[in-house]
Amino acid sequence: MMPDGVHRHGDHLLDGGLDQAVVNALARTWSDPPSWTGALSAINHKTVSRRFMVTTFVFFLLAGLFALAIRLQLARPDNHLFDPDLYNQLFTMHGTAMMFLFAVPVMQAVALYLVPLMIGTRSVAFPRMNAYAYWVFLFGGLLLFGAFAVGSGPNTGWFSYVPLSGPDYSPGKGVDIWAQMITFTELSSLLVAIVLITTILKMRAPGMTLSRMPLFVWATLVTQFMVLFAMPAVMFGSTALILDRLVGTHFYNPANGGDVLLWQHVFWFFGHPEVYLIFIPPLGFISSIIATFTGRPIFGYPAMVMALIVTAFLAFGLWVHHMFATNIPELGKSFFTAASLMIAIPSGIQIFCWLATLCTGRIVLRTPMYFVLAFFFILVLGGLTGVMLGSVSLDLQVHDTYFVVAHLHYVLLGGAVFPLFGAFFFWFPKFTGRMLNERLGLWQFWLFFVGFNVAFFPMHWLGLHGMPRRVWTYPAGMGWETMNFVATIGAFTIGLSVLLFLINVVLAYRHLPGAPSDPWNADGLEWTIPSPPPPHNFDRLPVVRSRSPAWEENTSATAIGGLAADAREVLITSAVEAKPDLRVLFPTSSIWPFISAVATTVLFIGSIYTPWAVVWGSIPVSIAVAVWFWPDKNDTQTALSLERHP
Amino acid sequence: MVGAASVLSVLLLVGLVAADVLTDHALSGLPAADALHVKVVGRQWWWEVHYGQNGNDAPTFTTANELHVPVGRVVIVELEAADVIHTFWVPNLHGKKDMIPGRPATIVFRADRPGAFRGQCAEFCGAEHALMAFPVVAESRADFQQWALRQSASAVPAGDEITRRGQALFQENDCAKCHTVRGTDATGTIGPDLTHLGSRQSLAAGTVANDHANLAKWIAAPGSIKPGTTMPATAFNDEELRSVVAYLESLR
Ligand code: HEC
Ligand code: HEM
Ligand SMILES: [Cu+2]
Ligand SMILES: [Cu+2]
Repeated sequence: MMPDGVHRHGDHLLDGGLDQAVVNALARTWSDPPSWTGALSAINHKTVSRRFMVTTFVFFLLAGLFALAIRLQLARPDNHLFDPDLYNQLFTMHGTAMMFLFAVPVMQAVALYLVPLMIGTRSVAFPRMNAYAYWVFLFGGLLLFGAFAVGSGPNTGWFSYVPLSGPDYSPGKGVDIWAQMITFTELSSLLVAIVLITTILKMRAPGMTLSRMPLFVWATLVTQFMVLFAMPAVMFGSTALILDRLVGTHFYNPANGGDVLLWQHVFWFFGHPEVYLIFIPPLGFISSIIATFTGRPIFGYPAMVMALIVTAFLAFGLWVHHMFATNIPELGKSFFTAASLMIAIPSGIQIFCWLATLCTGRIVLRTPMYFVLAFFFILVLGGLTGVMLGSVSLDLQVHDTYFVVAHLHYVLLGGAVFPLFGAFFFWFPKFTGRMLNERLGLWQFWLFFVGFNVAFFPMHWLGLHGMPRRVWTYPAGMGWETMNFVATIGAFTIGLSVLLFLINVVLAYRHLPGAPSDPWNADGLEWTIPSPPPPHNFDRLPVVRSRSPAWEENTSATAIGGLAADAREVLITSAVEAKPDLRVLFPTSSIWPFISAVATTVLFIGSIYTPWAVVWGSIPVSIAVAVWFWPDKNDTQTALSLERHP
Repeated sequence: MVGAASVLSVLLLVGLVAADVLTDHALSGLPAADALHVKVVGRQWWWEVHYGQNGNDAPTFTTANELHVPVGRVVIVELEAADVIHTFWVPNLHGKKDMIPGRPATIVFRADRPGAFRGQCAEFCGAEHALMAFPVVAESRADFQQWALRQSASAVPAGDEITRRGQALFQENDCAKCHTVRGTDATGTIGPDLTHLGSRQSLAAGTVANDHANLAKWIAAPGSIKPGTTMPATAFNDEELRSVVAYLESLR
């Protein structure tokens, strides 16, 4: 233990004590620079993550508005509110934005905020690359919505099957923009995955061995490895699509030796794991929330971790169940049926562990808990319909009908959006220093829960009665009228509930911040520091001795020191045991990640119009990146002056 | 407790897999010896239908947007796509099968009772995926034979003055470039075969009933019935439109 007092090494102030001067120095060191150029140069993980979360949430709202438009059109048979082309753009934008611009990145965004707090460090790894990833993501999203706004949105569905999306059947720029948006977002999520994996493996507080890591951090780690393996597949797929469209290659053209099914294999090799990219991080939210509101650690920690890892592996072996209607050999189908049903096992184990935790703990019912309990109800239904879809003979009837639309929303909303709102409620005080109103929260919850089931339960019925998905209208007299109307009412109820959430946030911002550091009596390290956390997160780096550090007696007294307080020094620890290893000097704020992202955007968008953009566009990118990495004299000086002999 | 629950779920799932594989096997076991062969080609956004290929007993002919099958006899449908992916689906007769360009497939089914069933495209295929359906008529063997014979015949020659005028207009305007009427000079293959249009139940791939008003509306402005269809509108005056409709209605 360090005695309180100021430590110095050469010219440097060192952390470790509780001296105010040291704390002030730390805060100054880790702050983002002021003014608007400073805003573009910000690299603090909390700033980047906050922007990321807000951006993904805005995309969620826009995609939600598209969903309401879809439901308006389908409220009545033979409705001509929108023409087919606009309707097709609406559901394509809805699905694409929800999957690529909201569900996957929002989970990464939350992790970028919480992981450093949960593992006790002052930054994420590669903070400049992290900022670059955010800007690239933002520009990709703006590109997609901008294209829709000027009337050339994509209209081939969120999985854009060839040849429909190929050069012959989708002239115009819509599909090019769709494919290029994929390149943007996948680049961004690959970079964030690298950031998160490195952070988790190398920057945990001393003592936080792998077997003491919070389950949310495990879920994030597993997910980011999945990103590394899944995303390259779709990036290859979308690049080949662009090449077919722009320079006349024939990857997908059967007339010239290409193959239409290649796209489906590549897309679903990514697309199925993507569902788990969306679904695994919320398992971590749920574990944090359940542990907190039952007042006990999650039952069966090793089983939970194993289940996460097994899910990740199995997720890569299921993609063909999206293609049962193609002419795949029967034996192949049976294999994928078996694999599809087997993935229910690890999910089941996790659910049993949570139930055991709930049964043996003292449950405190607060808003986040409601969202988690709803998760159980909805996800079990979604999982059951998933098991049904995994069976070939059944799938061949309900594939591509509203039954699938119901199933995917039960899984995605139940598995991800409900826990996500629970997580927003739970961590909102940590993010902002403000509490959300519980009463409004409960209203939001009940409207969401009821609206959700009213909107999506009837879709099972519609699918079983033969209503195909992606139809801009349907004839009267098919018996589908009532259920469609009910579904529309449900959708608007969900809209109302989301509106309540926004109001709740606005109301919270009308109060001064004043949330306590630990309003829920929770177990993680993030609750041992103020809400919102100071720029440097921890005044003193914690040392971890158990899986629930905030519930340990004396933890707050256990800390280590010795890092510079006036330079961005970070402690690197070993991957498994989290033994202190190195002190590393982290980069300072810089505007060059932003400028590099702008240059990258010019290259990507230019390449939609001419392949030559790849050539001339790479010049500004190289220049910007070179300046970004150019060694700075002051930084080198600081690094040298921090060298110490053991 | 958790262990027991997990073991139970595993056993349940293994049971489900076994049941699934057996069901599949049973479904794919229809006898193919005496089967009727039909070829259906999916096109944006209608169905081209060919009967009597593969040395079948049914006469050879081409029609569109309507399928007739004899009750109790196994039907093997060969599936192809001319442009993008479509999916052949008659919910009351069988599950789905994709029609994939460059990858011919087949689907086998049998109608066990007479009746009319609705089929529709189940894979998103562009603007009018929603309005790409077709009726399937399952009828006795005798009725089917009769229907097939009639369909294989050439078009009835235009009789009275108005139908003759209609046929001339059909030939002069672009109609004949896209449509075939067997036994006349109209030999286009871009659109559906119209040789026996008058005998069909519906127009434009199951979108509207085949009656006088709808036919006139369709020819004058196809987009008003099926926005996005590839058939262009034609600027006929009232008299011309009446003649063309009369001609098409005479093609029974
Ligand atoms: C450019 C090619 C083209 C031209 C010219 C054209 N059609 Fe068509 N026609 C089509 C296509 C394609 C369809 C199928 C449209 C659909 O269902 O989406 C069609 C469908 C039809 C149908 C309905 C067939 C059915 O099975 O339901 C009729 C009737 C018809 N056309 C009549 C005409 C007449 C009369 C003319 C001339 C005034 C004409 N067409 C000109 C391409 C054409
Ligand atoms: C908020 C309430 C929501 C409503 C009312 C809603 C409604 C719908 C409807 C009606 C469709 C079917 C469109 C069609 O087939 O024509 C659809 C498709 C889809 N939705 Fe949602 N949705 C909602 C939220 C979400 C969320 C949160 C996600 C993902 C995280 C999502 C992902 C999708 C996807 C991937 C599709 C398929 C799009 C396609 O076919 O290309 N939706 N949604
Ligand atoms: Cu899947
Ligand atoms: Cu279709």
